[in-house]
Amino acid sequence: MVQKSHGADLSVRSVRKVYTGRGQAVEAIQDLSFDVNAGELVCVVGPSGAGKTTLLRILAGLLPATSGEVTLGGTVVKGPPPGMAVVLQEYGRSLFPWMTVEKNVELPLKEKGVAKAERKRLVQEALEAVSLADAGKSYPWQLSGGMQQRVAIARAVAYEPQVLLMDEPFAAVDAQTRLELEDLVRALWRRLGVTVIFVTHDIDEAVYLGERVFVLSNRPTILLEEVKIDLGAERDQIETRTHPAFGRLRNHVYELVQQAKKGLRSIEDARLTH
Amino acid sequence: MTSRSTTRVPGWALGLAGVAVFLLLLQILPTAGVIDRRFFPPASEMFGALSSWLVAPQFWTALGQTLTTWITGLAIAFVAGSVLGILIGEIPGMRALTASTIEFLRPVPSVALVPLVVMLYGPTMQSTLILVVYASIWQVLLQVLAGVGSVDPVADDTARSYRFSLWTRVRTVTLPSALPYVMTGLRLAASVALILTLTGELLIGTPGLGSLLIDARASGQYPLIYALVLVAGALGLAVNLIFRQIERRTMFWHPSIRGEVAA
Ligand SMILES: Nc1ncnc2c1ncn2[C@@H]1O[C@H](COP(=O)(O)OP(=O)(O)OP(=O)(O)O)[C@@H](O)[C@H]1O
Ligand SMILES: [Mg+2]
Repeated sequence: MVQKSHGADLSVRSVRKVYTGRGQAVEAIQDLSFDVNAGELVCVVGPSGAGKTTLLRILAGLLPATSGEVTLGGTVVKGPPPGMAVVLQEYGRSLFPWMTVEKNVELPLKEKGVAKAERKRLVQEALEAVSLADAGKSYPWQLSGGMQQRVAIARAVAYEPQVLLMDEPFAAVDAQTRLELEDLVRALWRRLGVTVIFVTHDIDEAVYLGERVFVLSNRPTILLEEVKIDLGAERDQIETRTHPAFGRLRNHVYELVQQAKKGLRSIEDARLTH
Repeated sequence: MTSRSTTRVPGWALGLAGVAVFLLLLQILPTAGVIDRRFFPPASEMFGALSSWLVAPQFWTALGQTLTTWITGLAIAFVAGSVLGILIGEIPGMRALTASTIEFLRPVPSVALVPLVVMLYGPTMQSTLILVVYASIWQVLLQVLAGVGSVDPVADDTARSYRFSLWTRVRTVTLPSALPYVMTGLRLAASVALILTLTGELLIGTPGLGSLLIDARASGQYPLIYALVLVAGALGLAVNLIFRQIERRTMFWHPSIRGEVAA
């Protein structure tokens, strides 16, 4: 059925999103076009309210675009495609409080048709990977915010998706765990060859994790720049982060986001020192 | 802070004290002649009548009849109300289609149906059942409707993104989300159903505690009337306690119930 060992390429063509509904129409995304190769890891940064979550929900097939098209592995996305896992920004509310942590992680696997013994193994492994092996029998509301966020990550990891979409998945975890989880995502990405779109506020994190970093403008969003991160395939929390190239890229992205916050809408108008 | 909380009287003790004061007043006022003891006997006589009735088979038969009518009516209202609620809530457009009809029918007091049902079925259990179902189905229906609409959009997105089938979604997301509402509906319906059961027995003469009460009045046994009122009160209290327990058991995960102790 679902091939687990390679990702799928993602292409976004002239996507625009206007929220209508109560009150005034809000143009969240003006015009976005980009490609993500199968098995690539792309980070998305941009000012708060830029439309990152909106973009992710459109990619996930949870929200229809006003115009434009998203294709995944050559198929137009009309609803949530198979083989995709999403870690939503509201991780707490995405866990079902009436089920134990284990059951929360297991349910999507069951729905995917994974056999029982295999499910048990995947759930166990995923919980161990996020250091929650002992919390399986607890209920999500008995855990701290950071632990809940790790459960949501474990659920996505256990699913062994082809495409993994994550919306600020480490926002609630402590700095130490955050570094571990970053390495977990990198390891998983390399092991499964999954396509990853990773939204974050943290510029260091984006540069550390990504093969490319997409910098978005303020709302209504356009893509300011696709920054290529040529730091190699092996990343290390100490070595990579102290590397001069890392510092340069980080400063470059930082300056872009700062100016994006102030309303920068074209890379030509940017005043960059890096 | 600590000294206050250690010396504070617990809630249940205050409740018991309240009951004791009430019973004491019931005893003193008629004995002292403040109110007419013929129509308002002291508490001791009420309990005397009650205890002698507790050994009478008639009483137990009547209690059984009342409970049967109540539970049957409640079950019908619960099943019908839930099914209707899920259908109206899940099928697009149904809410708008049915809203005004529901708002028109709901305020019609059940008691207004008494002449109609008596004409149709006479003083039978069926007559009272109709009143009971009519009165309590709204409690269930409206709560189920609210419950079906209360699914957290984030939970729903999660279910959609992992491509849950419709049945899995209803079973693992919609129903648990709606449960708090369903339980409130059931508890409200249980009380209303009990009230209407007794009302039906009193007004229509359907066999049960209510008709026993009419007999007691006809034969001037005032202590017995009050004894039966006490039984009705106790029934109501029991119904409420039982359904609160059911709520606690099924919703251990809900923010209103879970706590440090719930682990
Ligand atoms: N349902 C909605 N209806 C109307 N406007 C919305 C809706 N959801 C989001 N918006 C608007 O769209 C814009 C983008 O929102 P979005 O949540 O995508 O931002 P974001 O980049 O994820 O922000 P953050 O970094 O704070 O999470 C915001 O200005 C927001 O007010
Ligand atoms: Mg967001």
